[in-house]
Amino acid sequence: MATRRNPEPALVTLRVLAAALAVAFLVGVGPAVAQQPSGSNPTAMSVTEEGLLRELDRVQGRITIPDGKLAVLEQPQGRDYRRFHEGWLPWIAGIAILAMIVAIGVYYFVRGPIRLRRGEESGPTILRFDAFERFTHWMTATSFILLALTGLNYVFGKRLLMPLFGPGAFAEWSQWAKYAHNFLAWPFIIGVLLMLALWVKDNVPDRYDLAWLKAGGGLFGGEEPPSARFNAGQKLIFWSVVIGGAALSVSGILMVFPFALTGIGGMQTAQYVHSIVAAILIAIMIAHIYIGTIGMEGAWNAMGSGQVDLDWARHHHPVWVADQVDRRLDSAAAPAE
Amino acid sequence: MARMKFLCDANRCIECNACVTACKNEHDVPWGIQRRRVITLNDGKPGERSVSVSCMHCTDAPCAAVCPVDCFYRTDDGLILHSKDLCIGCGYCFYACPFGAPQYPRVGNFGSRGKMDKCTFCAGGPEPDSTEAEYVKYGRNRLAEGKLPLCASMCSTKSLLAGDGEVLEEIYRTRVATRGYGSGLWGWRTAYGDTAES
Repeated sequence: MATRRNPEPALVTLRVLAAALAVAFLVGVGPAVAQQPSGSNPTAMSVTEEGLLRELDRVQGRITIPDGKLAVLEQPQGRDYRRFHEGWLPWIAGIAILAMIVAIGVYYFVRGPIRLRRGEESGPTILRFDAFERFTHWMTATSFILLALTGLNYVFGKRLLMPLFGPGAFAEWSQWAKYAHNFLAWPFIIGVLLMLALWVKDNVPDRYDLAWLKAGGGLFGGEEPPSARFNAGQKLIFWSVVIGGAALSVSGILMVFPFALTGIGGMQTAQYVHSIVAAILIAIMIAHIYIGTIGMEGAWNAMGSGQVDLDWARHHHPVWVADQVDRRLDSAAAPAE
Repeated sequence: MARMKFLCDANRCIECNACVTACKNEHDVPWGIQRRRVITLNDGKPGERSVSVSCMHCTDAPCAAVCPVDCFYRTDDGLILHSKDLCIGCGYCFYACPFGAPQYPRVGNFGSRGKMDKCTFCAGGPEPDSTEAEYVKYGRNRLAEGKLPLCASMCSTKSLLAGDGEVLEEIYRTRVATRGYGSGLWGWRTAYGDTAES
């Protein structure tokens, strides 16, 4: 304070006056203090709720029961959790998913599906995904779709379904949805790990990616730039699944084993991460489902029978086809040696 | 109708845990479920205080807000009760509750939670009053018998009080005026959004 360094005479006078007033006040209140039975205030040193909340942001003590998490007397963070869960989350998830559906709808009606070219449907085929790759894809896909629906039920069920079914039937469905969500988590986790192992080598960024992204993959006009087994768009899908799936798996496992590895703060954070990542990944997967089905003729075969038309493959993944052909020629040449 | 509340006078609580025992016994609360508990703050240090806490039956209940199946309801007495028929055991209410009141029996695989259990203010649940069905799920309905919660009734130092909020506030105010000090109404601001003079 400036006054402390160089006290002005007027301020000194003021301070003396204030001191005199304070003494007079203390003398005046003195008898009231003395009226206390013990003559002192035993709460003077005691902990107060506000003090603890200010210092520690939650009130925690000692308990004599085994359940350690119950030592928290008060956690105001519950309010943030509530604000997120009832305020932010429905909007974030709703907007992410609806915006994606609207965007795809507009794209479909403006540009329509990516058509087959002449000769891309009845020529010789090439194996794009073998049986194990397709199994992995569909195991992950099925569990993801069911996890997404049962997960969305936690957020939107009471808002959309409960008014239709009534509380009893909705609660029954939600109970089964919860079981399904907990159990389908495991095939999903295994699926993501398998996909990582199967496809990571084909999803490392390469020299074709930048050109592909610059041209928007030919989705908005122009020719589709060449790509190896996976183009930059597919790589983005792959990495969203791997990174998003990892975030969902870790946060999900924390929730399936509540309080096993973390306290209440960690449990709340796990929910924040799980729900936001899930909303974003659902939106991304809607785009992926679109392009794999009605969005692109010929794409379904890749994950259906696993065989795609050779011309179709040359059109969309020329570098990959060239590699495959080379490899086949090599192996064909091998026995002759 | 009265607005029922709990009040724990931390200057009187001696951490005897009689409230916990009374609750457990009255409602046949299973192992691992803790409808009420006593927490000691600053244990062994000057200024140590113990507080008995359970569901506070909040005015704007966070548990009810975050419940994905809307299993909570408010009674005419201002109590927050819930239906175990609707509860799916998701655990959200525990994350939202400022007091850690909701409890879950462990069932089945992993950390699977069964139907949530919590303090009912000895007022049962949605089943008809004082029926076997109500007792099995929620414990005894003392309010229907014209009695107040057993935890507070059995408190030896009358630290824990349960009943009409206005009456509790009046009792506490008188205490503070008589002894010349108080240590705050633990949890009242969080639960009821207001607090009497300490």
